[in-house]
Amino acid sequence: MSEPLVKVRNLKIGATVYPPGEKPHDIEIVHGVSFDLQPGKVLGLIGESGAGKSTIGLASMAYGRGGVKITGGEVWINGRDVLKSKLRDVRRLRGGEVTYVSQSAAASFNPAKKIMEQVIEAAVEQGKFSKKEAEARARTLFAKLGLPDPDNIGDRYPHQVSGGQLQRCMTALALCPEPDLVVFDEPTTALDVTTQIEVLMAIKEAIRDTGVAALYITHDLAVVAQVSDDIMVLRHGNTVEYGPVDQIINNPQEEYTQALVSVRSIEHDEKAPTPEPVLSVRNITARYKGTKFDVLHNVNVDLHPGQTLAVVGESGSGKSTLARVITGLLPPREGEIEFAGRTLSPDLAGRSREDLRELQMIYQMADVAMNPRQTVGTIIGRPLEFYFGMRGAEKRKRIIELLDEIELGESFIDRYPAELSGGQKQRVCIARALAAKPKMIICDEVTSALDPLVADGILKLLLELQKIENVAYLFITHDLATVRAISDNIAVMYQGKVQRYGGKTEVLSPPFDDYTDLLLSSVPEMRLGWLEEVIANRKMESAGN
Amino acid sequence: MHPVVKLVSQRLALGLLLLLAASALIFLGTLMLPGDVAQSILGQSATPEALANLREELGLNRPALVRYFDWLFGALQGDLGTALTNGQDIAESIGKRLGNTLFLAFWAAVISVPLAIFLGLLAVRYRDRWPDKLISAVTLASISIPEFLIGYLLIYFVAVQMGWFSSVAMINDSMSLLDKLNAIALPVAVLTLVVLAHMMRMTRAAILNVMQSAYIETAELKGLSTFHVIARHAFPNAIAPIVNVVMLNLAYLVVGVVVIEVVFVYPGMGQYLVDHVAKRDVPVVQACGLIFAAVYILLNMIADIVAILSNPRLRHPK
Amino acid sequence: MKNIPISAMIGLFFTALYFLMAIFAPLLAPYGMAEIVGDVWEPRSAEHLLGTDNIGRDLLSRMIYGGRTTIFIATAATVLSFVTGSVLGFFAAVAGGWVDQVLSRFVDLIMSIPTLIFALVVLSVMPVTVPVLIVVMGLLDSTRVYRLARAVAVDIEVMDYVEAARLRGEKMKWIIFREILPNALSPLVAEMGLRFIFMVLFVSTLSFLGLGVQPPEADWGGIVKENKDGIVYGIPAALLPAFAIATLAISVNLVADWVLNRTTSLKGGRG
Repeated sequence: MSEPLVKVRNLKIGATVYPPGEKPHDIEIVHGVSFDLQPGKVLGLIGESGAGKSTIGLASMAYGRGGVKITGGEVWINGRDVLKSKLRDVRRLRGGEVTYVSQSAAASFNPAKKIMEQVIEAAVEQGKFSKKEAEARARTLFAKLGLPDPDNIGDRYPHQVSGGQLQRCMTALALCPEPDLVVFDEPTTALDVTTQIEVLMAIKEAIRDTGVAALYITHDLAVVAQVSDDIMVLRHGNTVEYGPVDQIINNPQEEYTQALVSVRSIEHDEKAPTPEPVLSVRNITARYKGTKFDVLHNVNVDLHPGQTLAVVGESGSGKSTLARVITGLLPPREGEIEFAGRTLSPDLAGRSREDLRELQMIYQMADVAMNPRQTVGTIIGRPLEFYFGMRGAEKRKRIIELLDEIELGESFIDRYPAELSGGQKQRVCIARALAAKPKMIICDEVTSALDPLVADGILKLLLELQKIENVAYLFITHDLATVRAISDNIAVMYQGKVQRYGGKTEVLSPPFDDYTDLLLSSVPEMRLGWLEEVIANRKMESAGN
Repeated sequence: MHPVVKLVSQRLALGLLLLLAASALIFLGTLMLPGDVAQSILGQSATPEALANLREELGLNRPALVRYFDWLFGALQGDLGTALTNGQDIAESIGKRLGNTLFLAFWAAVISVPLAIFLGLLAVRYRDRWPDKLISAVTLASISIPEFLIGYLLIYFVAVQMGWFSSVAMINDSMSLLDKLNAIALPVAVLTLVVLAHMMRMTRAAILNVMQSAYIETAELKGLSTFHVIARHAFPNAIAPIVNVVMLNLAYLVVGVVVIEVVFVYPGMGQYLVDHVAKRDVPVVQACGLIFAAVYILLNMIADIVAILSNPRLRHPK
Repeated sequence: MKNIPISAMIGLFFTALYFLMAIFAPLLAPYGMAEIVGDVWEPRSAEHLLGTDNIGRDLLSRMIYGGRTTIFIATAATVLSFVTGSVLGFFAAVAGGWVDQVLSRFVDLIMSIPTLIFALVVLSVMPVTVPVLIVVMGLLDSTRVYRLARAVAVDIEVMDYVEAARLRGEKMKWIIFREILPNALSPLVAEMGLRFIFMVLFVSTLSFLGLGVQPPEADWGGIVKENKDGIVYGIPAALLPAFAIATLAISVNLVADWVLNRTTSLKGGRG
């Protein structure tokens, strides 16, 4: 075997933290990580937030973000230990031998400069190419990455192209100087799922065609499985498991890896519709105040008692607007909403206390959905007090029951939201909704801000509670894996219209309309070779057309 | 229309509107408040007849709006009326004093702006080290110290104890530029100290904000030298916030001038305004108030327009 | 009350000291405020710890009474500024629509004229008395408080927890007092310290210009004005009150800075 391109040994990274009310002190965030990377190969670094994966990626460029310092170990690149190199040599390394693609291309491009200028800057500055050569190479890369109008797109400013396009420009920026290694740091995380697959395909093909090696950092195992040769699973700054992609996906050894691989494989059988839906959305058309176009066009959906209707769509599809219309925050221009056998007033002010009690809501960001100045007890207790007039010991008893239901103990009653983890916060929000004894809960992207394992726990809890309380969920999400896990009915939304609607099996089985097909085929699957299949299929289809 | 042209003209129109509204507020405000100009001039012992005569003479019996528009059109043509106390033409009295005030403010700005930007950069360069901490301590102190204390401290120690410079800053036309500069050295020093801390702290914040952007990290990861990172990537984005900081502080300086002129008995607008407030010479106060307000509004407007002009999203629309 | 940094301790100590001196001024001052007890500008002595002023009054006594006036006016104006500014600011944020527009544009207009200049224009027609000073300073400054209160309330208004309270059917009273106010309080309290400093400087400046507290009453700014002519003869009497203003302002600033730092790093809202 040839000498590896990258050889990392016992890498330790520290950071200075500034906890309020305490003296700043140093902590270790990466505790001795080692790996090798051969030329032209891809290593996936995977882990939850706080696992240290981005920090390791940047350390391979001898770079520490903010107060981050590399405290020990070796990072050998092309036979040199970059941690011991002089600053001048490190600068030749950065942008020449090793380049970087960040999560947010929108923030990583200088807003005041044209794209081309930024894409070729490193290549020219490092003396790899002349300006003319670099520009020609950039245009070739733009074309290879599937950017529209590759000859002229470089003359635009970053804000003049879309998010997905800019992410591809960033990849071109990284590939332009012909580096030996590219660090991809969550390059597709901020994108919609149909855009993500395009960028993913472009990156994969570019890696293959240029023969560059890559460190691919992400929290999504299904994504990393598509592009990597090896995978390293990280948790709390330690290596959990490290091996070839085939072994990690198909034969994981560690419990944590097994959990990651089997995430979102909750089995949930579709329930048959009941005669009386609890919620009927009838011909809803809506637009925001002061705008001139409708964001919802003639939407019709039903939700049955004790069941889950998943509303799926990408950003801008109108799915969250539908929630605002149902809650009465945005009165519709046309149409009406029937709920529990009565017609709801279009605006919030006209609804009875009973209407409000029976229709609860859980938000995406549990952080801002709870008043930071109220304790868990006050947060869960307020609906009890407000709707049922409970006081004192009776209220406390009920709060404790609810805390048990969400698998938190009595000890949480006096805590403040800031003292809870992300998953615990979301559980408290669920308890607050349940406290009202609702017939229906709107869940607005309730798991999308959480790490996959935590999100799984929340979904299981919601399903469990549905059985006990017979509550119906209107589940708004962009994540099809979540949809599969929990729904009985599905409405696929696209540009303010319901594109496809019906039982889960029916909606997820062919024949599909074009958009649903695109959406479904874009969701990364946890198996090897999935991306190649999709690429091949799409090429065939476009050839057939 | 190009969005930049549109926004700039909107901002210009807003500036004019504000100026108009401010003039109305100054003029009508002084009319509506309880208090009587004629009474103020003649004192409590004045007879009703004398008061009535004076009111007639001053045109106080005409409707307020008519008087306002008279005053406004006069002001637009450079006629600010006559002072109640000595009957002199206000525009003429103000002319030279305004020149003196601008002379003082100009030199304070010439010294403080580059110094503040330099020190701001220094604070960024040595962030969280002693130069930075010193700067933030000095800022804390300087927003707590009244301008006149700095003035008298300098007079006491520099002018009186050490005998350098004069404690009063008198200037006149017969002086050479060098003599004039020597005369205003102390007031310029005080004004500089007054705005310096603010300006450098705000400059520091503006530059730090830019330096913490993701695109600076991108530039560093391209292996560019620190100089290139700052010159090519930070500087173009930092101009607007820094100009904004400078303009806001110049506006602040214009107000600081009032007190400093009194401390150093400097023959400028501020001294003139304060004297006539004490004498309740309303026309003079209105004229001076309008001019100060106009300068203030103008500087704020320039700050906003620079921000619009330097925003790439507006300059290069989709 | 543990974990107070040393700077905040110093600030608290001196702030308390100045306020206590203001409250107990008649007990502490060795002589009357306007009592002439010696020669002009006597140097420091056992009888007159800080010497005498420009017409032979005891400077220490005058300083103590002057501090009382300065602190009283600044406090009253701060309270007025806060009550007016935050009530209108919250009201504008919660009401929204044209109420917000009218109030905010009016505040923009007032703020387009520098505060000191505006105050001078108003004082040129109004009689210069203590109540007038308090009202003029308080109302002019309330524009700053209005902006802050409105901005804070608007930020909180769009939070999901406020929406959750609305969806629950809570009344306006609960939303303002239980959801918005507890979260808006800390930035407002920290701002209060800064406004108080501004008021101290403002009233001192006005008095120094001869347009604030009128003799024989005195405040620190006025004492500076009375004794400023001594400076050229090397008599530092005018520097003492100026120094008092600066130390009071710095002390309050240290406390405000600590409150602000403490509240920006919220941990469950306690501590």
